[in-house]
Amino acid sequence: MELQAVLMAAGGGSRMMELTYNTHKPLLPVGNKPLIWYPLNLLERVGFEEVIIITTKDVQKMLTPDRLKLDGKMKLDVVCIQLEGEMGTADALRHVQQKIKTDVLVLSCDLITDVALHEVVDLFRAHNASMAMLMSKLHEFTETVPGQKGKKKAGEQRDFVGVDATGQRLLFMANEADLEDGLTIRKSIMCKHPSMRIRTGLLDAHLYCLKRCVVDFLVENKNISSIRGELIPYLVRKQFSKSVNLPNNKDEVEMSQKMEGQTNLEILGSCKDEELLRLTQERSCWNDHHGDMSEAYHGGKVRCYVHIMEDGVCYRVNTLAAYIEANRMVSAPKLIEDPPIHPSAVISECTQVGADSIIGASCQISDKTSIKRSTVGASSTVREKVKITNSILMNGVTVEEGCNIQGSVICSNAVIGRNADIKYCLVGSSQRIEPDGEQRVLEYYHGSSQGKICHLEPMTV
Amino acid sequence: MADADETSKQAERNTNVGDGIAVKKQDIARAKNEGKELTKDEKQRLRKEKKQQKKNKKDDKGESEHENVPLPPSQAVVQCQSQKVCTSEKPAKSKAEQRAERRARQEADRAAKGKKGESAQQPPSGKSKAPPNELQPVVKRLPEHVQVDDPAAVRKLAKKLERQQIPVRSEYGYKVSLFSHLHQYSRKAPLTQQISIPSTVIHPYIVRLGLQYSQGIVAGSNARSIALLHAFQKVIQDYKTPPNEELSRDLVNKLKPYISYLNQCRPLSASMGNAIKYVKKEISNIPCLCKEEEAKKQLLSCIDNYIKEKITLAATTISAYAIEKISNGDVILVYGCSSLVNHILCDAFDKKRKFSVIVVDSRPRLEGREALRRLVKKGICCTYVLISAVSYILPEVSKVFLGAHALLANGYVMSRVGTSQIALVAKAYNVPVLVCCETYKFCERVQTDSFVSNELDDPDDLMVTRKGKIHLENWQDIRQLGLLNLVYDVTPPDFVDLVITDLGMIPCTSVPVVLRVKNVDQ
Repeated sequence: MELQAVLMAAGGGSRMMELTYNTHKPLLPVGNKPLIWYPLNLLERVGFEEVIIITTKDVQKMLTPDRLKLDGKMKLDVVCIQLEGEMGTADALRHVQQKIKTDVLVLSCDLITDVALHEVVDLFRAHNASMAMLMSKLHEFTETVPGQKGKKKAGEQRDFVGVDATGQRLLFMANEADLEDGLTIRKSIMCKHPSMRIRTGLLDAHLYCLKRCVVDFLVENKNISSIRGELIPYLVRKQFSKSVNLPNNKDEVEMSQKMEGQTNLEILGSCKDEELLRLTQERSCWNDHHGDMSEAYHGGKVRCYVHIMEDGVCYRVNTLAAYIEANRMVSAPKLIEDPPIHPSAVISECTQVGADSIIGASCQISDKTSIKRSTVGASSTVREKVKITNSILMNGVTVEEGCNIQGSVICSNAVIGRNADIKYCLVGSSQRIEPDGEQRVLEYYHGSSQGKICHLEPMTV
Repeated sequence: MADADETSKQAERNTNVGDGIAVKKQDIARAKNEGKELTKDEKQRLRKEKKQQKKNKKDDKGESEHENVPLPPSQAVVQCQSQKVCTSEKPAKSKAEQRAERRARQEADRAAKGKKGESAQQPPSGKSKAPPNELQPVVKRLPEHVQVDDPAAVRKLAKKLERQQIPVRSEYGYKVSLFSHLHQYSRKAPLTQQISIPSTVIHPYIVRLGLQYSQGIVAGSNARSIALLHAFQKVIQDYKTPPNEELSRDLVNKLKPYISYLNQCRPLSASMGNAIKYVKKEISNIPCLCKEEEAKKQLLSCIDNYIKEKITLAATTISAYAIEKISNGDVILVYGCSSLVNHILCDAFDKKRKFSVIVVDSRPRLEGREALRRLVKKGICCTYVLISAVSYILPEVSKVFLGAHALLANGYVMSRVGTSQIALVAKAYNVPVLVCCETYKFCERVQTDSFVSNELDDPDDLMVTRKGKIHLENWQDIRQLGLLNLVYDVTPPDFVDLVITDLGMIPCTSVPVVLRVKNVDQ
């Protein structure tokens, strides 16, 4: 077996609590499919036959194949973890370490993309890399985010990503938060790669191919708790650290390990390096760089590669703005093969349903309604003379006559009273908007039982 | 014997096939020496010709028959003329009587042949290998990889790949008409696009290897063979015999789709072909009663031994021989990056010989940079030029060392494109050319030109960026423009002075002898 897929679905969606307080993040409907459907579909399309899904108990109950609407025969192996402590993604990976027997492809459940996965995996295979990841150009979200009054929160801190001249080898990775007094690049890196491109407008898709020895290394080093936050920067730095003089026999290796107290990644990786591979590289007339006197890869054993998608769809649905953008984008035919209007929906004749709208199953759309650039969830009812533009309606929503909904998100089982005029509002789950009344703009309606929206500590996912 | 001379000249004029000239000369020589015995042979040949011509008229088949038809008539002319020579020496008979005599003899011979069967043919065919075989309709099957412009062959290949569940790689770009019978692929469309990502049909190591071949990460005949054998070791390690099968037969069948896959990624080299033959032979020689673990261990050690003997030790032997040819004060010219030549030069430097090296390089691969790096790192004085400057620097060169991709059975050297150019110019300047090649790269193919069988690399490699602009960016839009990126060429044995192999230093024309000795050994 070549690769095993691990899907991380235990995140709480702490940056969009308005949506996730009632519905778990993996099950949020995007384009009328649960969010977790998208990475699973990606894996299935490419040819994976088994996936290990790490999630919480509540989500596990909902992850049955018909709920997930998966057509293929992919086997889902769901593993539960307790969410009491702070469990980072690396901790989760350590939890399933027993099941991992080969190299692993780690995905996040909130990734919606149409990337050609072979580009990432080919980098991993061809260069025998320790890690290969996917990044994409960051799209600015221009739509008004409903329910948030006041200025937009300051943008998340940028990531500085340094790649070499070919654009594939990852040389440097740091978050703005960690760079207090400026960006420092070690001289050893500059000596080996004199031409480096540093990019800031990149979105990390959280799709990583990791070698088996990296997983073993994680098991040994329990102080690493997040893949993105700690493991990846460690691997990127490790590419250029001075290589330890490898002792020749295994006893010496164990001795030195005990002395160091921390298992060296290189020793774990290079014991497997074989004589023949070294001989092949020696006889091959290929080098990945030209102009200095070192051999291919500068003799380094740890190599990190990145595939940067210049165009195509790639979203991480972890904020409200991203959620809305993703709903717009998935109506693009590349991702969903089903027709946008579900066959079981009942749409009467005098309605205008735009081509870029998605209507879920068993909907009832009455006369003289106009639905443009919107998503209507399953089993929703829309009465007469309703105008819905740029909005997202989740499952089981009832919209009475004469409403005008613009740019809003209506969560599941909500009821919008007659003649309500809603603009850029976020209506929580099972809420009811009173009929008539003035135009409501940028309001967030949530049940009184919820109280204030509390922001949990962001999970380092 | 003026008549014999005349016939020999006419024979030369009549024959169309170049290879046949040597054979015809043999014929004529024998006509002078053997006399009566040959007439029987001639009669047999004539009979076969007539049979074949009848077959041609009956079947109206394709080209292969037509190709053979021009051959026999020319030979028929030769035979008739040599016969005329013989009969003119006898007392003159009338033509009709001669024809009747001949027919009677043929009938008798035919009857006799029916009784004897093939045994009569064996001794004469053993003596003269070429003549009887030439006249039999020899339908040699062309390998598939040089028949890309023939839709029937392409369909056959597609069917075979479908059976083995290997995807077909699609051709790329406009092919220059002279080379339209060869595959041309793009590096940006790897075969991994079409297989599932955790590859189940093809072993992961083979997928990785194919990717490394197609992207050029593993390049060079020796490196490719070692990588291939390493991947085979992994496949054998992971192999489990299915319940009702035998390891010796099933494992070979398992390897066949992998070999097709690797062939699709990059056409196999001659050295790889020989390595595969060896591995298949070893697998089929495993006794049936052998347990799986033992069999696997045995195969793994066989592969290790093969690499050790044929590649590593061979390199040591060759460099021991080659050192005798390097003297102090030599200026040695090398072309591109040959692992063997680099090894020889490094060894010679270690043994305190004083020499300097000129590295010749060519686009688009620019492999000479890597050779330059390795030699300079060792401490050898090097000069670097491009191939266009070869005739300027040759007056300063005392020897030329070339590496080879394969040595063909007629003594031609197949190597990186540009090698024959260097050999030609070196010959013009009377500089000795030494080719270094291990015996496992000797191949039974015969080729006299670089067109028939070659490899076309990605044409986009020829595009170069100057001052931020790529002039050939839209070369596909210009209909009359074709980009050709050849990989190999063949050097005739006249330009090569010596071949240094692990069996010793031999002239180029002794390659068939080595092949014969190898076959007898095995």
